[in-house]
Amino acid sequence: MADALIQMRNVNKWYGKFHVLKNIYLDVAQGERIVICGPSGSGKSTLIRCLNRLEEHQEGQIIIDGTELTSDIKDVEAIRRNVGMVFQHFNLFPHLTVLENLTLGPIWVLKIPKAQAEETAMKYLERVRIPDQAHKYPGQLSGGQQQRVAIARSLCMNPKIMLFDEPTSALDPEMVKEVLDVMVELAEQSGMTMLCVTHEMGFARKVANRVIFMDRGEIIEQNEPEQFFGNPQNERTRLFLSQILH
Amino acid sequence: MTTTENAVAQRPATKTAGPVAWMRANLFNSPVSTILTFLSVWLLLMAIPALFEWGFIQAKFAAANGQECRQVQGACWAFIAEKHRLILFGTYPFEEQWRPMLAVIILIALLILSTWRKLWNLWLIPIWVLGMASVGVLMWGGVFGLTYVENTRWGGLPVTLILATFGIALAFPLGVLLALGRRSEMPAIKVICVTYIELIRGVPLISLLFMASVMLPLFLPEGMTIDKLLRALIAIVMFAAAYVAEVVRGGLQAIPKGQYEGADSLGLTYWQKMRLIVLPQALRIVIPPLVGIFISMFKDTSLVVIIGIFDLTLAAKAALSDPAWQGFGVEVYVFISAIYFVFCYSMSKYSQALEKRLAKGHER
Repeated sequence: MADALIQMRNVNKWYGKFHVLKNIYLDVAQGERIVICGPSGSGKSTLIRCLNRLEEHQEGQIIIDGTELTSDIKDVEAIRRNVGMVFQHFNLFPHLTVLENLTLGPIWVLKIPKAQAEETAMKYLERVRIPDQAHKYPGQLSGGQQQRVAIARSLCMNPKIMLFDEPTSALDPEMVKEVLDVMVELAEQSGMTMLCVTHEMGFARKVANRVIFMDRGEIIEQNEPEQFFGNPQNERTRLFLSQILH
Repeated sequence: MTTTENAVAQRPATKTAGPVAWMRANLFNSPVSTILTFLSVWLLLMAIPALFEWGFIQAKFAAANGQECRQVQGACWAFIAEKHRLILFGTYPFEEQWRPMLAVIILIALLILSTWRKLWNLWLIPIWVLGMASVGVLMWGGVFGLTYVENTRWGGLPVTLILATFGIALAFPLGVLLALGRRSEMPAIKVICVTYIELIRGVPLISLLFMASVMLPLFLPEGMTIDKLLRALIAIVMFAAAYVAEVVRGGLQAIPKGQYEGADSLGLTYWQKMRLIVLPQALRIVIPPLVGIFISMFKDTSLVVIIGIFDLTLAAKAALSDPAWQGFGVEVYVFISAIYFVFCYSMSKYSQALEKRLAKGHER
């Protein structure tokens, strides 16, 4: 696994005295689709936010596609160009139209000509099934539509890795499916490397190669979905699964 | 059944319509309000006719000299008619006064152009630079066949407008930089910005003006001088920038963390993130208080009289010193107040309109 796309080696992080990530070792291969679950406060969001340095780890090594994440801002920016992120609260830019949201990164970061960036943006809007909303502002869209725009915005940067930080938890129940459908399609058609923090176990069964269970800052158990759900090894995993799978 | 219900529902509606009902609801709805209404009406009856009498009926609009004016009870607007060139343009050479006039028009045009939302982008910078440069050429001259006029002879409205517009144009970007610096993660920059802002906000503008005019030359190497008007402008810019910085900081703090993270996750650099994502949203929020700062800045330029700069206020005073026309202080101060009022009121109205338009907009 020396050439894994993501390598986390003995990563530790504290918020003040609170030890939020404990000795995390994690390798993710190209094209792998990983679902991370665990009770709230278990450090799962922090873990994936460390991967594009929205959070800084204090100990250990994180290497993304051969580049180590350090305080060197140039390295951080280079990694962020290749790592897309979808947030719980979408984080779209409300003062820009949907199309401008999508082309901002390509134009300013990747230096792609505007016309070409718009063409790519429309292609991705079609993929997330909302090309007709291109000239609206995010505030005029439903939550599900906004999250699909956010996914398209990340895809427009043509990333190698996509991170999803609880992408469906802020959505009304009837909108969860439309977002999950887009994510399933992305997983099945593009072969994208995906790390997804979610409690959508149906999604995990359907697309994940590996499910990781975290509790109190540690990776407790990881396995392929069949084994993970059918035959959990750890007591804490069993307890957690019994609570979320009724 | 339904008809009586309708009638009941309609009755209050008919009662609240019409002027009588309106007065009952708004002016005489309680004993206190009735007393206040009568008091206000009495005050208006006392003040308005008297003012009208003084300003129009008894006023003298044309007179050959002050003596003629003193025979009437009302205002002597003839004094303004006689001295308006001195009040508006100070001691600028009389035949050349079309130049400050044109400069004033350019400055006003700059302000009006800046209210046009389509121009709220980088185009504003060359427009302002060009406008300011042409004002400089017009006022100084010395090129294009214009005679050179040194700025000790400038005076009146152009000086006030130059101090205010140049002050706003320079204080605004400086204030934004200070606000960003105050929120910077680099400790040295943060400390410098915080110290600057707190220091400036802790002293009155007058003391800054005195320092700029009296103390600054002492620190400069011998033989080097900075123009007096420029020194006053620097003091005003330094002062206003600190206030702009605090207002902009408020706007920056109102932008949710998610916006920063969204921008970061796309790989935008710090300056791209600020320019494209954070500042456009933050500045929109703080337009009303920013305009408030610009209004007080416009009026505060009158403080430069204490270091002997010939602005509108000092020009008014100079007009009063003519022995043939003494004793018409009220008229001249009413006149310049009206000028200040027109500018400040337009800014205030514009800010209100803008606030309404932005509230109605698409932004959440």
